[in-house]
Amino acid sequence: MSIENPVERYLRIDRMPHIWCPGCGIGTTVNCFTRAIDESGIPMDRLAVVSGIGCTGRVAGYMHVDSFHTTHGRAIPFATGLKLAAPDMKVVVYSGDGDLFAIGGNHFIHAARRNLDMTVICVNNLTYGMTGGQLTPTTPEEAIASTTPYGNYEHPFNLPYLAESCGAVYVARWTTYHVTQMKKSMKEALQKKGFSFVEILSPCPTLYGRRNRIGDSLDEMKTYKERSQIKNGADTKDVDIGMAGPIVVGKFVDRERTTYQDAMEAFYARKLGDRYARASR
Amino acid sequence: MHADPAGVLTGAHFIDGDHACCEGALAAECRFVAGYPITPSTEVVERIALRFPEVGGVFIQMEDELASSIAIAGAVWGGKRAMTVTSGPGFSLMMEHLGFAVMTETPCVFVNVQRGGPSTGLPTLPAQADMMQARWGSHGDYEIIAVSPNSPQECFDLTIKAFNLAEQYRTPALVMMDECVGHMMERVVIPKPEEIEIYPRRWTNAPLDEYLPFAPEQDMVPAMARAGQGYRFHMTGLTHNEKGYPDMTVAGQARLLGRLVDKIKKNALALTDVVADQVEGAEAVVISYGITSRVAQKAVMAMRAKGRRIGSLRLRTVWPFPEHVIRDLAKTVKALVVPELNLGQMVREVERCAQGTRVVSVPHAGGTVHDPAVIVQAITEALR
Repeated sequence: MSIENPVERYLRIDRMPHIWCPGCGIGTTVNCFTRAIDESGIPMDRLAVVSGIGCTGRVAGYMHVDSFHTTHGRAIPFATGLKLAAPDMKVVVYSGDGDLFAIGGNHFIHAARRNLDMTVICVNNLTYGMTGGQLTPTTPEEAIASTTPYGNYEHPFNLPYLAESCGAVYVARWTTYHVTQMKKSMKEALQKKGFSFVEILSPCPTLYGRRNRIGDSLDEMKTYKERSQIKNGADTKDVDIGMAGPIVVGKFVDRERTTYQDAMEAFYARKLGDRYARASR
Repeated sequence: MHADPAGVLTGAHFIDGDHACCEGALAAECRFVAGYPITPSTEVVERIALRFPEVGGVFIQMEDELASSIAIAGAVWGGKRAMTVTSGPGFSLMMEHLGFAVMTETPCVFVNVQRGGPSTGLPTLPAQADMMQARWGSHGDYEIIAVSPNSPQECFDLTIKAFNLAEQYRTPALVMMDECVGHMMERVVIPKPEEIEIYPRRWTNAPLDEYLPFAPEQDMVPAMARAGQGYRFHMTGLTHNEKGYPDMTVAGQARLLGRLVDKIKKNALALTDVVADQVEGAEAVVISYGITSRVAQKAVMAMRAKGRRIGSLRLRTVWPFPEHVIRDLAKTVKALVVPELNLGQMVREVERCAQGTRVVSVPHAGGTVHDPAVIVQAITEALR
């Protein structure tokens, strides 16, 4: 008797094994994501996953849905076009911290401002993995990266604070240690109308962990366990991540704002009345 | 198939080239436009913003040109016909996504209303100085399709043509306008919808579990699926196989690039669109495109009035370059004269095809059009 892995039908099994390093946390996030899809009730044929470039950028290619591996930093604007052209699709952008917040930072803030109806999942390993462990906008101060060999002296982004202040309606952060909570947040984000954002801190033992002497992946997970403090509803101003000190995790924001699409529809219906022709496929 | 009446403003209109381009896109059933304001292209999207709510189109003013040029790719895979519009510096920013659209075989239209450059250059003044960027601006090897209108009427006609070619070959197509045709107002006649031919998107009808998104049909072009149909396909800007999965091997690269280039290169004859005027038996032929063709015509007429046999060849399709036409012409004339609003771009292509026949470049740095007398002078010297 063969037993099917419960997440198998959500993955492109013909592409396995994946390219991620042993101990990388991206696979854990994908595992949680498949279970979140399953529980969300969103049909697989109505779900599209869009990725940018880098290690997390490869997620789209492993998901057995309509999937798009786009250019560096531009997953969100691609997803914007896709969502506006196909409003009945649930569009998820799944990418890394470097992709979404360095080269793609401008797109993130504007998509959040517009409150486009999409979910953005950021796997944050605090480094550029695929290009060899360089500095990203989330690398903590003092951390060693291949382009900060003496340590980082830049101020990093606090992603939940950024997301909230730009207008995201749902903001949560977990680590790959918090699989149950991560799955729940992903499910809530998928079901939320508007711009939802989930940040997942994920180990990169090959580059970030090794350079910063955190140890192997298990040690990095232990660090997450020891440093994490669950504070649902925490003020996002206070959730910065440093080399030491607490990593505040939880669901921080869950609010309502009119989405871009709803605002557009309502506005034109009011201004143009019968002259307004709604977009249809 | 014919145009959807909803988007066709049948009748005679006195409008500029930018507005005519907008009407061409509407007639071609473009229903998604993403753009970022930049002179002298802005009037295209301003009219789109006005017209789209009444025809079921979506216009979004994105945060920059990078976003605009990939939002249209997203919209195409979501099932729409899509276009972005820009000028010089914005076109530079769009180059990565021009390549992305080539690699992912995303049919879409990029409109560049050219202005003087490099850099900010001459924002409000004409040039034809992005012609080589159109051909070579994105990294890697590729072929591209580009048209060059010389009047508001052609801004309408050739925008429709660009959409049709984009769909036929599943590739981005460029409308290389210039500030003069963009801002010039003339009579534009828009036909009835049933008189406008629209090349339908090549939707697949393969069974759900048998579809290969990048498996070419007989003419080297694959059929498309859109998101949400149940095909659950993958697409990537990486070198990929017929399934759409990454295939970063020497053989995979050769196979994919070979096909992407060949589907256009091997159809160069079919893609050729030139207007030849008295080239048979001509001593010299003036080769031009866009606004420069109208100035060149004045010079040609002046020379003919003096009894000289001067032909004119106007390129409506500039890429792929009509090599065979120029090669044949080069065998019969003493000289080929190439005026253009740049310091010598397409003239290099003419030289490549001229096979020893004299080629005279008539450069102009932009900001205004040529003085016809300069072209007359160049023709005269070429025939000496």
